[in-house]
Amino acid sequence: MKPAFSVLFFTVTSGIGYGLLIWLVLTHLMTSGDFGITHFMIVGFIGLTLATLGLLSSTLHLANPKNAWRAFSRFRTSWLSREGVFALVFYPVFLAYALSVYLNNGDATIIVKALGIVSISIALATLICTGMIYASLKPIRQWHNPLVTPLYLSFGLVSGALAYSMLHLALTGSLSWPVSQAFLVLIVISFIAKMLYFNSIGKPDGSTISTATGFSQAQVRLLDAGHNADTFLTKEFVFDAGAIKLLRLRWLMVVLAFIAPILLMLAAHKLNIAPLAYLAMACLCVGLFIERWLFFAEARHVVRLYHGDQQT
Amino acid sequence: MKLGLVIDLDTCVGCHACATACKQWNTSGTIGPLSDQDPYGKDPNGSWLNRIRTFEVKEPEPLPTKGQGCGSQKFDLHALATEGTSALLSDASPASKTVHMPMSCMQCEDADCVTVCPTGASYKREEDGIVLVDQDKCMGCNLCSWACPYGARELDEEQGVMKKCTLCVDRIYDQALPESERQPACVLSCPTSSRVFGDFDDPTSKVSQLVVERNGQPLMPELGYKPTNQYLPPRNKEAVAMMAKTNEPALSKLKKWANRVIAR
Repeated sequence: MKPAFSVLFFTVTSGIGYGLLIWLVLTHLMTSGDFGITHFMIVGFIGLTLATLGLLSSTLHLANPKNAWRAFSRFRTSWLSREGVFALVFYPVFLAYALSVYLNNGDATIIVKALGIVSISIALATLICTGMIYASLKPIRQWHNPLVTPLYLSFGLVSGALAYSMLHLALTGSLSWPVSQAFLVLIVISFIAKMLYFNSIGKPDGSTISTATGFSQAQVRLLDAGHNADTFLTKEFVFDAGAIKLLRLRWLMVVLAFIAPILLMLAAHKLNIAPLAYLAMACLCVGLFIERWLFFAEARHVVRLYHGDQQT
Repeated sequence: MKLGLVIDLDTCVGCHACATACKQWNTSGTIGPLSDQDPYGKDPNGSWLNRIRTFEVKEPEPLPTKGQGCGSQKFDLHALATEGTSALLSDASPASKTVHMPMSCMQCEDADCVTVCPTGASYKREEDGIVLVDQDKCMGCNLCSWACPYGARELDEEQGVMKKCTLCVDRIYDQALPESERQPACVLSCPTSSRVFGDFDDPTSKVSQLVVERNGQPLMPELGYKPTNQYLPPRNKEAVAMMAKTNEPALSKLKKWANRVIAR
């Protein structure tokens, strides 16, 4: 699949945004806040801005954005519609929560707790829906995989936790150790899951040129695709980055998205060099961007079988 | 009703008449225009709802036995001299067939393109099973084209909405047309009658009977979309006999030929 920049930016940025807000609310509910009211509002604003920027960029890839408002109408069947509804409902609920935090001067009263839990649930639901948009597409076996949605969710939580700890450092002068610990545990789990994912998409599986043409007993190859210029299908689905480039990017992604942030955050704590968290965040962002790019570049839609591929 | 097409891979000659007729009818029909980008330039592009791919289908080659793999194959000058280049090109197998495969929307029973649509622009008609796009609702997110394994949906770059085969819904019910013409444009234009239109729910219809008689098959059934359109596999015909090759000297061949000409 051709990686679309707006979609890559959307999934990484809104993942960080929702993840950050989830950790903000969670720490507030469990410890009645690492932060004072002002800092709480600043982090909340940053999280909401990131989520909003992501959502706005996702509308950039629409060819007919004037009908985007209709996307909320098929909640019962479409994951894209569900994502849109949850993303929209999140705003009033989270703003009500932030307002009640402000009015109660940071105390976690029953109403604050209830609104906080609902906010977290909606943010989680939004991340899950984004993952399911991809995981529900049967013609792309690299996406129609049970690990895709958990990975989406975990990358949101991982990048959000690191962003939270980093902002804690920026605002109060120290990292948030509990959230950093959660980050380290989650990033190791995500790393294992991502390796399992690579393993599961590495085996040949799914449709082949034989099932695509119905000639299961014969050897089949494409002679002519029927057009001499690109078509919508070749532009959208046929994307070849080259096996060596993909492999190199996989290694780069593993280093930047997993190994570097883990080592940097461990060093930040053990050696007491807190500013390494900024570097960890920068590595993670670039790493996640490459991860998302690979997620598209390695996905092979079955329609490629009608354009020269032998298997998916 | 379950309307759809049967496509005969035995008789299709790959002339692209169906694709052209489809473009002609639909660009001026209810979903039109089907825009083109750079139509007379170097990189002509546009929305087509019907595409024809050509495949080579041949008997699978036996797996190489030990010591007889591809690497051990020697360049045999004698074989080249006596049998021509065909001895060296395994592609030129006499048992191979060229198959043209026209593909348009399969009007799937479990059409994921409809399920994933967030705006409700894509829908499947209950009365006849035709999958359509309401262009006033489409926001051009491309998700339905990702959900379609058959490449049946194409975005119209000029209008920013998804276009797809309508099974000529603006033709097949048109009472103003004579009954014989109430068929999709691709079916009417096919010079070899390789495309047949009908109701798959009716066991006496021509399409249902063809599927039974000729063992019609859907494409990529493993994905579970239950496509309505069915493809009839090529008939097994005897391979055309090849002339026996002789090692006769050229001069005697020439003499024989001259004698044949004179004898006439």
